[in-house]
Amino acid sequence: MTTVAKPSAAGSVKPATMAQALGRALRDAMAEDPSVHVMGEDVGTLGGVFRITDGLAKEFGEDRCTDTPLAEAGILGTAVGMAMYGLRPVVEMQFDAFAYPAFEQLVSHVARMRNRTRGALPMPLTVRIPYGGGIGGVEHHSDSSEAYYMATPGLTVVTPATVADAYGLLRQSIASDDPVVFLEPKRLYWSKDTWNPERPTDVEPIGTAVVRRPGTGATLITYGPSLPVCLEAAEAAQAEGWDLEVIDLRSLVPFDDATVAASVRRTGRAVVVHESTGFGGPGGEIAARITERCFHHLQAPVLRVAGFDIPYPPPMLERHHLPGVDRVLDAVARLQWDQ
Amino acid sequence: MTVMEQRDTRTAPVPPPAWQPRTDPAPLLPDAEPYRILGTDAAAQADPELLRRLYAEVVHGRRYNAQATALTRQGRLAVYPSTTGQEAAEVAAALVLQERDWLFPSYRDTLAAVARGLDPVQALTLLRGDWHTGYDPREHRIAPLSTPLATQLPHAVGLAHAARLKGDDVVALAMVGDGGTSEGDFHEALNFAAVWRAPVVFLVQNNGFAISVPLAKQTAAPSLAHKAVGYGMPGRLVDGNDAVAMHEVLADAVARAREGHGPTLVEAVTYRMDAHTNADDATRYRTDAEVEIWRAHDPILLLERELTERGLIDEAGIRAVRDDAETMAAGLRERMNQDPALDPMDLFGDVYAERTPQLREQAAQLRAELDAEAEGGQA
Ligand SMILES: Cc1ncc(C[n+]2csc(CCOP(=O)(O)OP(=O)(O)O)c2C)c(N)n1
Repeated sequence: MTTVAKPSAAGSVKPATMAQALGRALRDAMAEDPSVHVMGEDVGTLGGVFRITDGLAKEFGEDRCTDTPLAEAGILGTAVGMAMYGLRPVVEMQFDAFAYPAFEQLVSHVARMRNRTRGALPMPLTVRIPYGGGIGGVEHHSDSSEAYYMATPGLTVVTPATVADAYGLLRQSIASDDPVVFLEPKRLYWSKDTWNPERPTDVEPIGTAVVRRPGTGATLITYGPSLPVCLEAAEAAQAEGWDLEVIDLRSLVPFDDATVAASVRRTGRAVVVHESTGFGGPGGEIAARITERCFHHLQAPVLRVAGFDIPYPPPMLERHHLPGVDRVLDAVARLQWDQ
Repeated sequence: MTVMEQRDTRTAPVPPPAWQPRTDPAPLLPDAEPYRILGTDAAAQADPELLRRLYAEVVHGRRYNAQATALTRQGRLAVYPSTTGQEAAEVAAALVLQERDWLFPSYRDTLAAVARGLDPVQALTLLRGDWHTGYDPREHRIAPLSTPLATQLPHAVGLAHAARLKGDDVVALAMVGDGGTSEGDFHEALNFAAVWRAPVVFLVQNNGFAISVPLAKQTAAPSLAHKAVGYGMPGRLVDGNDAVAMHEVLADAVARAREGHGPTLVEAVTYRMDAHTNADDATRYRTDAEVEIWRAHDPILLLERELTERGLIDEAGIRAVRDDAETMAAGLRERMNQDPALDPMDLFGDVYAERTPQLREQAAQLRAELDAEAEGGQA
C-alpha cells in the first residue's frame, strides 16, 4: 500500500460537506500521484451529476479525468486494463443501480485478478458508487447494493458516514493495492460537519470500526446513511433511560469483529441498522458473527432494523421503507427480552 | 404561436441543418471475400523465411493440440478446447506482436500463448485444474486466459490506452470467438477503442460454431468484420486458414495501431476441426461432409503445397519439422505426467494484499485441519 502523505495546506477545523471532502480527496490524490485517473460518465466537463469531480478535468486534463462512453461494463473493463498497466483508476458509477451492467467485470475480473494470478496482477482501482435512498430519486436511483459486493471475495467494501471519513477513506481506497468498492451515501453528500483540512487523512484505517457514541445499555451497529439516524435515536433513547453505544462500521469488508464484539460483550444487547433489505442483507451476516462471538454475553437476540424486503419503493413512499428513529427505538425497546 | 398558426402565415419552414456522415464508411468496409494469399498469384511474393517459419509453427501447433487433447483422455487435463484447424490464426496472432506488446487470449487460445513463447505447462494450469493462471501476465505480456466470453476485450483496450497515455509504444491484440461477438463487452470494447483511438487489434476467430450454435443463429450481420464499421474502425475479412494472409493482415493492423491510427477488427474465417472441447459431441450439430470440405482447406496443407511448389521444402524438410513437433509433444507429455505440487495454504494468499482478520482465522482453521490430517496419517 502506498502511504498517504498529509497535505501541507494551512487551515483549521472548519465545516465542509461530504461532497466537498470527496472532491478534495480526488484532487489531492491526483495531484500527488500521476497514476491516479478518474473516469466515468459526465465526470469531466460537468463534474459528475453530483459535482464530486468538479474541476478535475480542467486541472489535470481530459486524459486524467475522462468522460467515457456510456457503458458501465466498458468503463470498469477498460479500468481493469489500465490497472494492469500500472495506473490507479478511480471509476465513478453514476448511480447505484447503474453499476449492475459492470457487475460481471467486478465479480469475474476485478475481484479475483490478484488471486487468479497469484499476486502478479493486483487491481489497485476504486469504484465510487453513490448509493442508498432518501433523496427522492426515481426508480434505480436509490438502491443499497452493499450485500452483493460483500459477498464477493477480493473486494474491499467501504462506506463513509462523516465528512472526515469521506476524505480519509477515499484517500486510503485510492492508495490501496486492492480494488475498493467505495459506497457514497448520497443523502449525506450535502451534510456538513467539521473536519480538519490541515490533517484530513487523520482517520482510522480501512477495516476499523469506530465508536461514534459510547454507551452501556445496548449497541447500535450501523454505517453510511444510517449513522445519523442511529445517533439521533441514541439521543432520544437517553430520555427513556437507555444509554446506547453507536458503532460506525466504516468498512464492511474487512469486517471489524473485534470492535463490534468488544462492545456487545459490554452492553449485552445489539441492534444492526441499515437501509438495505433485511433478508440476505448485511445485517444477517453481522448478527450471526455477533452471536458466534458473544452468545454468552447476550441478554437478547441480535435484532435488525432494515429496509423492507421489497424493490426500492417510489419516492413518495420511501419514508415508510427507510429505517427511521422510531423503528430503531422500537427495536431497542424489544431488547428487554427477559422482562 | 402554434404549428397551425405558423402554417397560416405561410412562412417557409426552416430546413434542418444539412447532414453528413461523420466518417466515410467506404474505407472501413471489409472485402467481399476473405483475403487470401496462399493458392493465389500473390503467394509468389511471400517471403520464404516467413513461409518456413509459419509452417513450422503451424505443424507444432497441430501437434500441440493433439497432445493436449490426449492428455484429457489420460485425466491429466480437466478439459481442453482444441484449436485444430485454427492454428494459422493462433500462430499469426502470436508472431505479429513485439515483445513489449500484449496478447489478450480467450479461453480457447492456449496455442497463441504458447506460440508467443509461454511454457506450455504454465499455459495449461487453468485447464489442468491447477492454479487459474500459471504464469505472471506482466512478465509474458499475456493476460490470463479468460473464461467469461469477451470480458477480456475491454481490458485490452484499457491497457493499450494506458500505455499510450504513458507514452509507450505498445499494442494489444485481443482474441475472441464468433459467439463472443454477441456479448455486450465486445461492443463496449470496440466502442471505447474507436472513441479513444486505442492501439488495439481485435481478432475474431469465426470457427463456425459457439459450442453447437452456428454463426447464422448468432448474428444477422453480413460478416463479423462488418461490425467494425458501426464503431468507426476498419473491418478486415481474412481466410483464417491462410497463415500468410493472417500474418499480413494482422501485421498491418498492428502497424496501424502502433502508428496511432486506432483499432482494427479482423475476422478470421476458419473452422474448428475438433469438437468444442474433449467433452463435446460434435455429431449432434454438424455433418462429416462439412468437416471434409474444410479438411481440404487445412492450414498445414495450404502451406505445405506452397512450400513444395516453390521448392522451399522437400520430404526431409517436412520430416524434420514433424520430428521437431514430436519432440515437443514428448516433452510436454512427460512434464504433464508429473503431479503438480500444490500447497493448500496458498488458498488464502493473494485474495487481498494483506489477509483480512476473517481470512487469518480461516487460514488457521485449515492449518489445524492439515496438521491433524498429517498426524492421523502418521499414527
Ligand atoms: C459469458 C459466458 N457465457 C457462456 C459461456 C459458456 N461457453 C463457453 S465457450 C462457449 C462458446 C463460445 O463460442 P465462441 O465465442 O464462438 O468461441 P469458440 O468456442 O468457437 O472459440 C460458451 C457458450 C462462457 N464461457 N462465458
